[in-house]
Amino acid sequence: MLSTLHHPPRRLSRFFPANNKPRHFHTKPVLSSSQPVTDQSPSSTSPPESQILSIHHSLLSREVTATQLAETYLSRLKLAEPQLKSFIHVSNNVLKEAQSIDDKIKRNENVGPLAGVLVGVKDNICTVDMPSTAGSRVLENYRPPFDATAVKKVKEFDGIVVGKTNLDEFGMGSTTESSSFQVTANPWDISRVPGGSSGGSAAAVSARQCVVSLGSDTGGSVRQPASFCGVVGLKPTYGRVSRYGLIAYASSLDVIGCFGSSVADTGILLSAISGHDRLDATSSKQEVPDFTSQLISASLLESKPLKGLKVGVIRETLENRVDSGVKSTVLGAVSHLEELGCTLSEVSLPSFSLGLPAYYILASSESSSNLSRYDGVRYGNQAAAEDLNALYGDSRAKGFGSEVKMRILMGTYALSAGYYDAYYKRAQQVRTLIQKSFKTALDENDILISPAAPSAAYKIGEKKNDPLAMYSGDIMTVNVNLAGLPALVLPCGFVEGGPVGLPVGLQMIGAAFDEGKLLKVGHIFEQTLQGCRFVPPLIADGIPQ
Amino acid sequence: MKSTHTQTATQEKQQPSPKIKSSPQSNQAKTRTLDRISKEYEAIIGIETHVQLSTLSKAFCPCPYIYGSQPNTSVCPICMGLPGALPVVNSKVVEFAVKLGLALNCKLSFYSKFDRKQYFYPDLPKGYQISQFDIPIATGGYLDVDLPVEFGGGHRRFGITRVHMEEDAGKLLHADDGEYSQEITFPIIYALQVDLNRAGVPLLEIVSEPDMRTGIEAAEYAAELQRLVRYLGVSNGNMQEGSLRCDVNVSIRPVGQSKFGTKVEIKNLNSFSSINRAIDFEIARQALLYSQGKADQIVQETRLWEEGSQKTVTMRKKEGLADYRYFPEPDLPEVILNKEYVDSIQSSLPELPEMKRRRYEEMGLSMQDVLFLANDINVARFFDATIEKGADVKLAANWIMGDIAAYMKNEKLTINEIKLSAAELAELIASIKGATISGKIGKEILFELMAKGGTVKGIIIEKDLVQIVDPSEIEKMVDKVLSENPKQLEQYRGGKTKLQGFFAGNENIERQGKSRAAEQDPFREIKCEKLNVLVRRNLVIMCHFISHRTIKSDFPGSTHLSSDICLLKGSRCCLCIIKSFALYSVYMSEAGF
Repeated sequence: MLSTLHHPPRRLSRFFPANNKPRHFHTKPVLSSSQPVTDQSPSSTSPPESQILSIHHSLLSREVTATQLAETYLSRLKLAEPQLKSFIHVSNNVLKEAQSIDDKIKRNENVGPLAGVLVGVKDNICTVDMPSTAGSRVLENYRPPFDATAVKKVKEFDGIVVGKTNLDEFGMGSTTESSSFQVTANPWDISRVPGGSSGGSAAAVSARQCVVSLGSDTGGSVRQPASFCGVVGLKPTYGRVSRYGLIAYASSLDVIGCFGSSVADTGILLSAISGHDRLDATSSKQEVPDFTSQLISASLLESKPLKGLKVGVIRETLENRVDSGVKSTVLGAVSHLEELGCTLSEVSLPSFSLGLPAYYILASSESSSNLSRYDGVRYGNQAAAEDLNALYGDSRAKGFGSEVKMRILMGTYALSAGYYDAYYKRAQQVRTLIQKSFKTALDENDILISPAAPSAAYKIGEKKNDPLAMYSGDIMTVNVNLAGLPALVLPCGFVEGGPVGLPVGLQMIGAAFDEGKLLKVGHIFEQTLQGCRFVPPLIADGIPQ
Repeated sequence: MKSTHTQTATQEKQQPSPKIKSSPQSNQAKTRTLDRISKEYEAIIGIETHVQLSTLSKAFCPCPYIYGSQPNTSVCPICMGLPGALPVVNSKVVEFAVKLGLALNCKLSFYSKFDRKQYFYPDLPKGYQISQFDIPIATGGYLDVDLPVEFGGGHRRFGITRVHMEEDAGKLLHADDGEYSQEITFPIIYALQVDLNRAGVPLLEIVSEPDMRTGIEAAEYAAELQRLVRYLGVSNGNMQEGSLRCDVNVSIRPVGQSKFGTKVEIKNLNSFSSINRAIDFEIARQALLYSQGKADQIVQETRLWEEGSQKTVTMRKKEGLADYRYFPEPDLPEVILNKEYVDSIQSSLPELPEMKRRRYEEMGLSMQDVLFLANDINVARFFDATIEKGADVKLAANWIMGDIAAYMKNEKLTINEIKLSAAELAELIASIKGATISGKIGKEILFELMAKGGTVKGIIIEKDLVQIVDPSEIEKMVDKVLSENPKQLEQYRGGKTKLQGFFAGNENIERQGKSRAAEQDPFREIKCEKLNVLVRRNLVIMCHFISHRTIKSDFPGSTHLSSDICLLKGSRCCLCIIKSFALYSVYMSEAGF
């Protein structure tokens, strides 16, 4: 599967006749020990190249060692960290693991496709040798005795887990502000949120603190931060990636997703972590295709590479409450897709607006149950109490943050006798409706598109005291989780804000288990996009900002 | 694994339910009063039973469960409920549930699901129990029970409301003495630890219809359920280890009233007899309150059966207020059965206790024998195997219920643990019947077989126990003895039966070449007992070495020593050495042979 990866072109190539200017790919990896790692020249607006393939090539051609690579990334990570705070924990074993890869290469042994690739892992994904806190005090210092299946697979492919990234407590939030430990900043403007809940994973990839990262997406927690941080984020089909080792928020919605600085990297990471897992009864036995085999290099593209592809623009996502800048950027992406040969049409999902309340009822209900185990008996600080109820109550009151408590209360209420039918059951019915309407829309279209979020990154603290405003920001993404479908978010342009503008993400939604198509379309879109800046100023202008 | 001892309501019932015991003096009078009061009320009893399944691994993880192992030695991230761990259904649990559902004559749900039942308790690692709520795997069945003969006998059919799958919780453990604890009291909780070995062990909960009316009916229902799970091989059904746990709901109402009374739940019932006694106590308690006009003091509550004081006491009140906030378990897919799967399980079901009892009945066994033999699946299997080898039904039953059962009880062994095989028992019965050995020797061989094993033939040869059955051989010997001792024969014929010993002990009649002092002769006793003396019309017919016993009806007017049945019957009685006696032919003709 991954062994069949072919290298992207490493020479000048010409494509996209609408623009006669040739576009440049780097002819060789620029990473070296003597030179700071800048995969693209800071001011470059050229499309991103696969970092993973580049690293693989450099390692095998002995241009650079895994240790050198790791040192470069680690030094950049440490340089950026005081401002970004993307990581809750940085691994102490990175150099050791890099060394063992170098040893393997020295012995001419085969190395995996992720060899030397530094992978950030959201801290709600279990790692055996590191803390896994889910951003909560309740799990402070908790070290799981096992690796999540996704992490195990990353390691099996010789990836190096660089550290654990920050998140909203238990994934509940859209800003990473509700982490019990720190607030992560957006690399494009450190006064802004990176989005959430996988804000740490998105910011880390954006700031090139690591090559790719794992996040989790329950209602948009991969896609919205990808949009805010200007990176590629992929939420796979529910069941495509094992949830074993993902600290549960809402089990029927949770999915482990991938971040990369290019569609290709995101696809390679997805290939690595996908597949049935006997430890997760909800993981699918659906065959895992080679997601990267269809990522045709730009030079080989025809004039209308997406000719005949039917793209539905979800009408409800471009209606009111969407920032005009976001809207016009997305409409620009629509034109771009048209230029690529796609047939665009407007699609209406009448149940779309119902997704948000249904999502918050279902997710809260499930989370109220999933978080029952943090009862002070085994995790967190046990409160001294005079009876059992007080022990539970006090331990949980001290252990959980306010956002988590609010959702537990909402979920407990929705599941209570007498309310179940009005809330949980009704929400499940809405979910079925949404699944049906997506099914119909995707029967008529190859993919659906929408903005990834109604706005670009907003200021830290801006929506902290207005949960409903924050929740409504999830309108673009939650429906996809309710339907269990795959969706890819990739940068499609910028709006004004911050020192250099703020990235806007385009969401592409596919049919179940059709990640391959999303990646293919996304890759072509990305490689042909004009004038889109892919590297945030934090790196581009030299740290510190 | 050591299988468990059979313990049934039938065997426990010996002490018919003692009523409230307070002071010995007033005891009897009080019991009588309560009996009288109780008659005016009808009890409504329903039972919830939890059966721990004997799957190799737990319900949702690969951990084995071994009762009594060191605390927290059989745990993993899944059954410990560690963050990120997920349950995966053990398909054996579904299979066992389908088996029991079918055996209880239930309707199966082809689409069922798991739900989360949520409550906080330190022994519940996830804060919820994976169970089944609104769509249990099986519903609407029944269980047929034969009440013990001593309790009036009779056949009862009790309805089964539902059977559902769920997982067990852990156990609370006192840190200082390692004892398990049921209750949490403050500040003792800080000295409590949790043992999660049992957490995640699969259970089937079986809810009965409120069809039982007395303690013995309830106890017999539970005993039948135990038999059923053992027959099916889905559980060891051991109550002491908690593999079979019964919670009983009891309410009473005046006879003739249709409205149900207030229901009280009783827990901590660790044996069938405690089910029986606790219910009878509770009925009496409630009846007394009713008769005193204090019916309002019967409140919905959970009561605990105290074995020591033979009483039920309040454990907690205000039942029915708990909101478990059930919702579908999102970590597990629906449980989908298909017809082929169910059919294959249906066709693999063993003969169930009820079917066995009916079959034994048809074989001509008494209900007492039927209940005994069908009670324990292993005993029943042993009996069936013995019969299959051609053994006589009644004889096989007698041997099993008699000497074998007594031996098992004394040695505290199960029928699978004794060394005797069904084939050898059949051989033994055949050897006695075929007169190769006497019944007495047979018994000796039986104990040898049970203790040490081996074969009947082997032991006979090894111990040289074979009986001389060649009539001419015996004739010669007896003739020789008689002719050598005419005086004694004359006296014997004259009625001096004490001389029996003289003949029996005669060295010459003993096995050739086996001269021993009479006191040390291991065969002497047997010979004496077997020396069947028939006195008729002053004629002494000495049956020596009779391998079988004659029946009175075969020899009308005879006063032989044994009233046992002649194994050989009719014409085959010619094997009797009787014919070696001079008067044999006279006797035989008179006797109609």
